[in-house]
Amino acid sequence: MPPSDVTAPHYRKPLLESPFHARARELSQQDQYVPWAGYSTVDVFTTVEQEYFAIRNATTLYDLTPMVKYRIAGPEALDYLNRLVTRDLRKLKPGRVSYVVWCNDRGHILDDGTVFRLGEQDFRLCTAERQLDWLLDSAIGFDVEISEVTEEIAALAVQGPTSCYVLKRFGLAGVEKLKVFEIGEFTVGGRPIMVSRTGFTGDLGYELWMRPADALAVWDELMAAGRTRGIRAIGSQALNMARIEAGFLMPNIDFVNAEHTVRIGRDRSPLELGLGWLVEFDKPHYTGRRALLDEKREGPKRLLVGLDVAGNKPAHNALLYTDEAGYHEVGSVTSALWSPTCKRNIAFGLVEAPHFALGGTLWADIYLNRELVWERRMARCTIVEKPFFAPDRRRATPPADR
Amino acid sequence: MSAAAVTPGKRYDAIIIGAGHNGLVCASYLARAGRSVLVLEAQGAVGGAATTREFAQGFSVSAGAHLLHMMPRALQQDLKLASHGLEYAASGLPTVALAADGRPLGVGPSALPALAERSARDAAAYGPFSARLGRFARFLHTLQDAAPPRLGTDAFGDRLALAKVGLRLRLLGRRDMREFLRIIGMNAYDLLSDEFETPLLKGALGLDAVLGTNFGPRAPGTVLTYLSRLAAESAVGPLPLAQPRGGLGAVSQALARAATAAGATIRTSAPVARIVVREDRAAGVELGSGERIEAAAVISNADAKTTFLRLLGARHLDTGFVRKVDHLRSHGLAAKLHLALDRLPAFQGVPPAALGGRLVLAPSLDYLERAWNHSKYGECSAAPAIEITLPTVHDPALAPAGKHVLSAVVQYAPYAPRAGWQAERARFTDSVLGTLEAHAPGIRALVTAVELLTPADLEREFGMTGGHWHHGELAFDQFYMVRPVPGAAQYRTPLAGLYLCGASSHPGGGVMGLAGRNAARALLKGAT
Repeated sequence: MPPSDVTAPHYRKPLLESPFHARARELSQQDQYVPWAGYSTVDVFTTVEQEYFAIRNATTLYDLTPMVKYRIAGPEALDYLNRLVTRDLRKLKPGRVSYVVWCNDRGHILDDGTVFRLGEQDFRLCTAERQLDWLLDSAIGFDVEISEVTEEIAALAVQGPTSCYVLKRFGLAGVEKLKVFEIGEFTVGGRPIMVSRTGFTGDLGYELWMRPADALAVWDELMAAGRTRGIRAIGSQALNMARIEAGFLMPNIDFVNAEHTVRIGRDRSPLELGLGWLVEFDKPHYTGRRALLDEKREGPKRLLVGLDVAGNKPAHNALLYTDEAGYHEVGSVTSALWSPTCKRNIAFGLVEAPHFALGGTLWADIYLNRELVWERRMARCTIVEKPFFAPDRRRATPPADR
Repeated sequence: MSAAAVTPGKRYDAIIIGAGHNGLVCASYLARAGRSVLVLEAQGAVGGAATTREFAQGFSVSAGAHLLHMMPRALQQDLKLASHGLEYAASGLPTVALAADGRPLGVGPSALPALAERSARDAAAYGPFSARLGRFARFLHTLQDAAPPRLGTDAFGDRLALAKVGLRLRLLGRRDMREFLRIIGMNAYDLLSDEFETPLLKGALGLDAVLGTNFGPRAPGTVLTYLSRLAAESAVGPLPLAQPRGGLGAVSQALARAATAAGATIRTSAPVARIVVREDRAAGVELGSGERIEAAAVISNADAKTTFLRLLGARHLDTGFVRKVDHLRSHGLAAKLHLALDRLPAFQGVPPAALGGRLVLAPSLDYLERAWNHSKYGECSAAPAIEITLPTVHDPALAPAGKHVLSAVVQYAPYAPRAGWQAERARFTDSVLGTLEAHAPGIRALVTAVELLTPADLEREFGMTGGHWHHGELAFDQFYMVRPVPGAAQYRTPLAGLYLCGASSHPGGGVMGLAGRNAARALLKGAT
C-alpha cells in the first residue's frame, strides 16, 4: 500500500484485529494483549502453564496472522531471494519451506523468517517484522515483483502431539503424509486451506493459511474437531516457553535487526547466533557474503550458546562471568526459562570469544525478588548443545494417530 | 590502435573500460609500471567526452568541455604530452563578463583597472580574496592529488592520511583555517555578496561555482564546487584557461599516444557489455560482440551507476551498497551548443582581440539563480547562463577559411524536462540563440548550422548516466572519502579485482586526469 494512502486501515486504527480476534476475545480470561507487527494479539488466555502444557501434550491454536507476509514472484524471484538470504534456495523445491536469515552488507542479521516456494516463480516470505524497504532495495536489478500480503492471508498455527489427529478429524485428508517443511493444498467444506508442516514450538505441528473470510469458521471447526484432544488457544507467552526449549531465536530478544541498532557492536552475525548452518558459501553472491567469509576465516567474536543453569530460578537478564566472584564478565543471557518438560533450568547466553566452548563453565548472577527484597545468586552454568527439547514426534511421518 | 594488434586469448593484467581521459591516464601509469593493459572504447575514437568532432561539414568542435584548465601541469609533463603532440593554440585566456548594456567587464587579475572604474571597493577586495581562495585551493589540491582515506577503520594508513589532512588544514594558520571552515559549507551567493558589489563580477565568479553542477549559486555547497575548480586550476598556473590546438580531442589523442608508447593497447569500437565475474572476482569483460577478454583486474572509467548497475549487475553486490549507488545524484544540467558561423561575430563592447577568450553570460547572481529556478521544476532556463568560446579565433583549422565556430556551455537544461526534449529542443535552442543575439546583434544571421547536446544526448553519446559532467554531483555527500559511495571511494570496489578510475571517483570530473592516476596508484599499491 503506498504510504500516501491515508485511508489505509493502519492509519485509522493503530492496532488491527486479526480475523480470529472475535474468538480470541471470547476465550480471553486475562485480558492480556500485546501488540505484534501492528496487530493486537493475546499474550495469555488463561494461565501460561496451562497453555504451555497443551503445546507439549495436546493441540494448540495460535493466531499467526500478524506474521508479516510478502509475495515475491517473477522470472527472477529465485535469483532475487537467493541474493537476499544466506542459504542456497536453488535446493528449495516447489511445495517446500526453508528457514532463512538475511543480513546487511556487513553480514549482520536483519531478520529471520521462512520462505515458502509456492511455484517455480512464486514465493512467500514470512517475517516477524516489516522488511519492505530492504526487500525493495534488494530488488534493484532483478525482474521480480514484491507485494505485502499480510492482511490478505489469515494464518493459524496448530501445534502439539495430537495436532495431526485433530487436523484429520477437521477434514484435512492426507495431512499425515506431509513431511517437515512440506506444503500441502487442501479444501475443507469448500474453503481452500494451505497447510505447511512448520512451527515455532519444536513439536509436532502445522501452520494453516487461509482466506480471512474463512478464519472464524475454520477456528470453530478446529475447536470442535479437537475437543477430545484437549485443544486450546494459546498466547505468545506459552509459545515463547516452547520456542526456548526448541532453541529458536526471537528477534528483539536474542538479536536486534542490524539496521535498527544504534550502538556500535550491538548487531549480530548469523555465525555469532549459532546459525552457521544457514550460511552457505557455495552459492551465487548474496548480501553480506564477503563480510561473512571474512568473519568465518577469523572466527566469530562471540557466540550464542545454550546454557544449563544450576538451580531452578530462570537466569533472566543475567550477566555471565568466568568466575564465581563475578569479576570477569564475558557475556549475558538473552532468553531464560525453567523448562517444565526438560526439568532443567535453561537459557541462551551470548558469550565473548574464547569463552564459548561446549562443556565450559560460566557463572550467571541471578537476581531474586523475595517479598520486595532483592537477593543475588551466582549460579553455575554449563555450556550445552541446543535444542534443549527435540522429540522424535516432531519429525515422524506419518505422526502417531492419537 | 587496431584490433589486429590484440593477441587473441591473451590475459591482460588490466582491462580499462573507456578510453576517456581518465582511462588513458590510468593506462599510461599502469603500463609504465610494467603491466599489460588493454583499453576498450565503445566509440570509434578515443577521448570519451573529451573529443573533437565535426558537427557540420567542415566545422569541428570539442564535444564536451572546450577549455583545458584543470589538468595539472605536473601530470602533463609526467606523461610527456607535449612530445606526444599536445600543442596549445592559446593559453592564459582572459575571461570577459558580457553585459546587456554593452559594457562588458574583464574578470581576473589583469582586468583590475577596469573593475576599479566600476567599484574601487571591489578592485581592492579582489586581490586579497583571490589570494585567500588560492591558499584554500592549494590545500584542497593536496586532497585531490591522493586517494582519500577510509573512515571507520583502524588501519594505520587511513589514520595517517586523515591526520595529514588535519595537519595541512592547521598549517593554513589559525586565521585561514577558521575562514576555510567558515566558508566551505556556504553558498557562493552569500560569499560573493559579502565580498563584492559589482553584479557582473559576482555573476561571472558565481558561474564558475555552478558550471557543470545541478546547483544555483544559492545552493549550499557551491563554495565547495567553486574551490574544487580553483583547486584543480591551482596545479595548472595563475592563468589556467587554455585551448589545445585541435580542441579537447587533441588532449585525448596525446594521452592515447602516451599510453600506447608506454605499452598499453587501445581498441576502439569495442563496447563492453558486461564485466565477467568468476569466483567472486572480476575476471575480465565480455564485449557487445560476445568476445570475452580475460584480465587480472578490470578498471572502469564509466560512471559508478553504469559500472555497478549495468556492467557488473546488482546481483554481484550487496543490497546496502547497491542502494547507495542507486541513490547517487547524477542528473546533469549543462547543455552544449555548437554554432557554425559564416564569419566572426561581434559581441557588444568586446574588442575583437578579446573574442578568443572566454565570454561568460551571467550578468548577476540573481540572473544565475533565476536560470536555475526553472530547472528545479523540470523546465529549461528562460534566460540561460552561458559560457562561450570561439575556438576558431586561435585555431582557424577547426572551420573552413574565414568561417568560425561558437562553442557554448549552456545552463540550465534539465536531463529530463517535463515537456520532453523532443518538444523542448527547438524552444531551448531558440531561447539560447535569442540570448546570444541580445549580446551579439546579428549573430543569428551568421549561423549556418546548429547542434545542441542536451544532458540526455550526452548520456546517450558518452554513456554517462544522467549526462552529468562529473559522473555524479560534486556535493558534500558525494565528496572525497564518500565519493562516489562509501565502500568504493578508494578506487577499489566491493568486488575484488574491480576498480573505478573515472570522474565518479575522487576528485571528480573536468578534464583533470587525477582520478585515473590515483586509481592506477591504488591498483599498483594493492598488488605489491
